[in-house]
Amino acid sequence: MATKAGSAEVSQTAGPIDEGDGFRRRDYLKIAAVSFAGVGGLAAIAPLFVQIAPSADVLAQSTTEVDISKIQAGSGIKAQWRKQPLFIRNLTPKEIAEADSVPLSDLRDPQTLEERTLPGHKNWLITLAVCTHLGCVPLGIVPSENRGKYGGYFCPCHGSQYDTAARIRQGPAPKNLVVPDYSFTTATTVLIGSKGSK
Amino acid sequence: MSFSWAKPYEPKHPVMRWLDERLPLPRVIYGAIGGGYPVPRNLNYWWNFGVLAGIFLTIQILTGIVLAMHYTASTTDAFNSVNQLIMRDVNAGWLLRYAHMNGASFFFLVVYIHMFRGLYYGSYKAPRELVWMLGLVIYLLMMATAFMGYVLPWGQMSYWGAQVITNFFSAIPVVGDPLRVWVLGGYAPDQAALTRFFSLHYLLPFVIAGVVILHIWSLHIPGSGNPTGVDVKDERDTLPFHPFYTAKDGWFAAAFLLFYAIVTYFLPNYLGNPDNYIPANNLATPAEIVPEWYLLPFYAILRSFTADFILPAKLWGVVAMFSSILLLFFLPWLDKSAVRSGAYRPVFKRFFWLLVVDVIVLGWVGGSPVKPLTVAVGQVAAAYYFLHFLVILPLISRFETPLPLPSSITESVLDHREAESLPPSAARRRTKAATAAAE
Repeated sequence: MATKAGSAEVSQTAGPIDEGDGFRRRDYLKIAAVSFAGVGGLAAIAPLFVQIAPSADVLAQSTTEVDISKIQAGSGIKAQWRKQPLFIRNLTPKEIAEADSVPLSDLRDPQTLEERTLPGHKNWLITLAVCTHLGCVPLGIVPSENRGKYGGYFCPCHGSQYDTAARIRQGPAPKNLVVPDYSFTTATTVLIGSKGSK
Repeated sequence: MSFSWAKPYEPKHPVMRWLDERLPLPRVIYGAIGGGYPVPRNLNYWWNFGVLAGIFLTIQILTGIVLAMHYTASTTDAFNSVNQLIMRDVNAGWLLRYAHMNGASFFFLVVYIHMFRGLYYGSYKAPRELVWMLGLVIYLLMMATAFMGYVLPWGQMSYWGAQVITNFFSAIPVVGDPLRVWVLGGYAPDQAALTRFFSLHYLLPFVIAGVVILHIWSLHIPGSGNPTGVDVKDERDTLPFHPFYTAKDGWFAAAFLLFYAIVTYFLPNYLGNPDNYIPANNLATPAEIVPEWYLLPFYAILRSFTADFILPAKLWGVVAMFSSILLLFFLPWLDKSAVRSGAYRPVFKRFFWLLVVDVIVLGWVGGSPVKPLTVAVGQVAAAYYFLHFLVILPLISRFETPLPLPSSITESVLDHREAESLPPSAARRRTKAATAAAE
């Protein structure tokens, strides 16, 4: 660029100092300087992007302990974990049997109730209360709410229906309600967000 | 847009041609900071500080936008949102905040150098009076923005700074006190003041950016000045902005930003006041209240008035402080000398440096505790500041005999006889050969 023939500028012409292959020292210096400045510039603007990620005080909310001793069979409670609503439901033997009777081939997101609960605690169904369609909170955590055709949860936003294992059965949602990591710290308390040490 | 030999924009890529025919934005940029803007070939390093000021404005806007994503403008939460959330919890928050804090100081530093460059080389003189005046508007907006930004962390200095600065309004006769209450939205700085300061602190930098565009636009009508103060005569006197000055500005900016990075990383609180790490307390003023360093000379002028004289001392102080900046708007008409550059004005040059010393003394006084000696020094220095602009400068321009000016910019940088004796094309060929040999 600096050797454009016919350029009217006085010292824009660097002179024909070729080193055989048409690659001049000036080209080398230019590429080196611009690359160096480019990498430095990228490093300098990195903080503008990393600051967007969750801050330390948000990450500190990663686990929540919930007392489940008061939950009657057939009912449940809503809790909060990382500012997201959570369903903790105590299934009745009838609801467990209903969930177990469904053939996996009927499911959009095939999973058994065993896979969605902890061993020895098959009646405790703990899921995020976030519909996997577009994030509304489904109804049905207490018996008085609409539980939909399959007796689990019903999302009022776009009509997704979940069964008693919180698996998607009908409607636009693609996946079952998400089961978070959790563990029982005692027989009546669960620690959401941690798989436990066992 | 300034000289007949300025290269017109010629789009190389068909996409750029398509764009240029519909929206000539690339053309405007090419003519403003590209190969289409001819710049005097003899600029020295003092001419790098305008571009640097633009870089620091950009740094302040970028870091400020992301800090505002984490800051809470509430009297109960502001202090913690800065000192806990941003400084400890947000990823790289400490760096962004220190970069913003020190960025303000460095922005003022480069703007002061830029302004004193203008004072020495007569950049305020015809035909660039408006460039100078728009620059002063930017400077006033910067001071307002910096002050309001300093209030946001809601520490002790924030609070008492807000209290003191807004009390300037109360010095105005008759309407002063109601005006101050109106500005604050209360009787003392509180939630209403904090929220409006935050809103304006976010707004004003974009107003500054708008005035910067006017500043550059008005500069590019006559074209940039130069250290000789001699007008550009022909094509030999200029070089295209790109690649010559983009390269020079680029390397100098990298070097200067290194200096900024060193302070930001290793001395982040050197320019700040430790009292601002104490949460605001509306019942206890800090033992010593000082503004940030870049406002100290004006603070000294404010404090120089200690006795009532016809008007109350308080009013004199505020009037003098504002006048010290406002009188700079009249500078193009106070200095009537036809010679622009201080390099050819032997008397002016000496008084220029005396003014620099005077402003530094004012800054020192402004940062010192009030004692009889510092007050006396401050009064002399403040008086001299006004004397310089209102008396000395007009007198010098009347009586001074300037040194002989070079007949052209090219003559001042090249061998005299050669430049004079050769026709333009021959001179160009010789320079070309010389540059090639140097390579």
